[in-house]
Amino acid sequence: MKLTEKELEIVEILENNARIPIETLAKMTSLTVEETEVILKRLEETKVIVQYATIIDWRKVDGHEGVTAMIDVKVTPKRGVGFDEVAERIYRFPEVKSVYLMSGAYDLSVVIEGRSMAEVAHFVSEKLSTLDSVISTTTHFILKKYKHDGTVFDQGDQDRRIVVAP
Amino acid sequence: MTRATKTYVSETVSRLQPSGIRRFFDLAASMEGVISLGVGEPDFVTSWSVREACILSLEQGYTSYTANAGLLELRQEIAAYLSRKFGLEYRPESELLVTVGASQALDLALRAIVNPGDEVIVVEPSFVSYGPLVTLAGGVPVSVRTNGADQFKLRPQQIEEVISPRTKALILCSPNNPTGTVLNREDLAAVARIVEKHDLLVISDEIYAELTYDDPYTSFPAIEGMRERTILVSGFSKGFAMTGWRLGFVAAPEALLQAMLKIHQYAMMCAPTMAQYGAIEALKNGEHDVDEMRKSYRRRRNYFVQSLNDIGLCCHLPGGAFYAFPSIAVTGMTSEQFAERLLIEEKVAVVPGSVFGKSGEGYVRCSYASSLEQLQEAIKRMKRFLSRLQ
Ligand SMILES: Cc1ncc(COP(=O)(O)O)c(C=O)c1O
Repeated sequence: MKLTEKELEIVEILENNARIPIETLAKMTSLTVEETEVILKRLEETKVIVQYATIIDWRKVDGHEGVTAMIDVKVTPKRGVGFDEVAERIYRFPEVKSVYLMSGAYDLSVVIEGRSMAEVAHFVSEKLSTLDSVISTTTHFILKKYKHDGTVFDQGDQDRRIVVAP
Repeated sequence: MTRATKTYVSETVSRLQPSGIRRFFDLAASMEGVISLGVGEPDFVTSWSVREACILSLEQGYTSYTANAGLLELRQEIAAYLSRKFGLEYRPESELLVTVGASQALDLALRAIVNPGDEVIVVEPSFVSYGPLVTLAGGVPVSVRTNGADQFKLRPQQIEEVISPRTKALILCSPNNPTGTVLNREDLAAVARIVEKHDLLVISDEIYAELTYDDPYTSFPAIEGMRERTILVSGFSKGFAMTGWRLGFVAAPEALLQAMLKIHQYAMMCAPTMAQYGAIEALKNGEHDVDEMRKSYRRRRNYFVQSLNDIGLCCHLPGGAFYAFPSIAVTGMTSEQFAERLLIEEKVAVVPGSVFGKSGEGYVRCSYASSLEQLQEAIKRMKRFLSRLQ
């Protein structure tokens, strides 16, 4: 679907900060609040805006540090449905955070979040590897998140400029 | 008895007024929790690809002088950039010079053309350096005062009113610091006719050319007949967010450029080498980053200027740079009083318009190169300040 220039601007702004007050959003794009509301509604209804999510640094929350694993999965595609069917079987598990179809050495890239390594291991051995079309899995645990979806964790973005300058 | 140390200072320098911005800086710097809208520079850090290119040049040991005019590769990139962006053609070998910021380019231009007593027209409100640089070059700055009611556009008859037999040159600045006003092609063509008629030279300070938000930008030397009469001054500070790198450039017809090069080779030798390597990367691959920054300024401009008008400070929509220049006439205060009280009572720093010349009185300069959160908070505080005045 083709977005107007204003719609594009709104999407770009919200992608960085979904909590921006609608009055501010309207001013930034030189629209009235009513016009902005209409645009937002359309973007939400057409699912261009899928969800307003928040990036949480769980490492900072005691008892919720958790582990994330990226799993390379090789599968046998099925006639007629290709990879879609097996992908769906995988992404329906709530512990699966993302599933991508990849080019290259393996087929699906699956991201799992669990409370512990044991929990992830359990999921891989019990749920994932046992699926009919899965040929093999390679699990990589994430040791540290530096940057996630464009956001740098622990960024000391202080303003280094002098207070008044010509 | 030895004479007082200060009597050693030259008469010209003794008479030079310190910048009015300085006083404000000292006051604001001594306070905690200040939201500063007084900063005349981008709030972006230079893009990583540029910083990385500079680091690489250091790792590879490129730490010696460059040619006086700057690295040829950089001049070639500048020539290509001016051609692609503004339709200007300058020869990298003889018509381009890499300088220590647009600041040094302005100084070189003035020193290269001014004879003692020559008059140079400065369009006010103006960047604080023009007048003093003219004086230091031995010239006499002559002010033209643009009008807030006319969105601070320069009108040709205003130039004619101050022209004298000693008038040598005119300094143009579009987009303007502090007003943000952009002169479009028609405005510039009208200026060009007067320039031609009176045989003037133009120093066109286009340091903010990358930062225009509404209409396509016209560079002054692109106006018919003006290339031979223009010293084009620009640089990397604003558009590429590279203020601390101290890198600019000047483009001019050969005879003028060679004159500037003569001064430059004795007074400066060359611009910093590592910064030149960063600048090559900025011109080669930086366009996308500049586009993103421009978009971000434009949104903040729209938000901030609309908000100023909403709280009762009348402000025209500036076409470029990152300054809003609202009128504070409703308060009945001078711009100094306004800025000082706003700083002390609400801890928001703005720059009094009067430091940019007499026609800046009654206005304040607010830079919107601050985060949206800061701008929102500043508006809140300014609104509170204004409501207390009633
Ligand atoms: C109009 C204008 N010209 C020139 C300059 C100086 O720029 P540079 O950092 O390239 O010396 C500035 C910086 O504030 C400016 O606003």
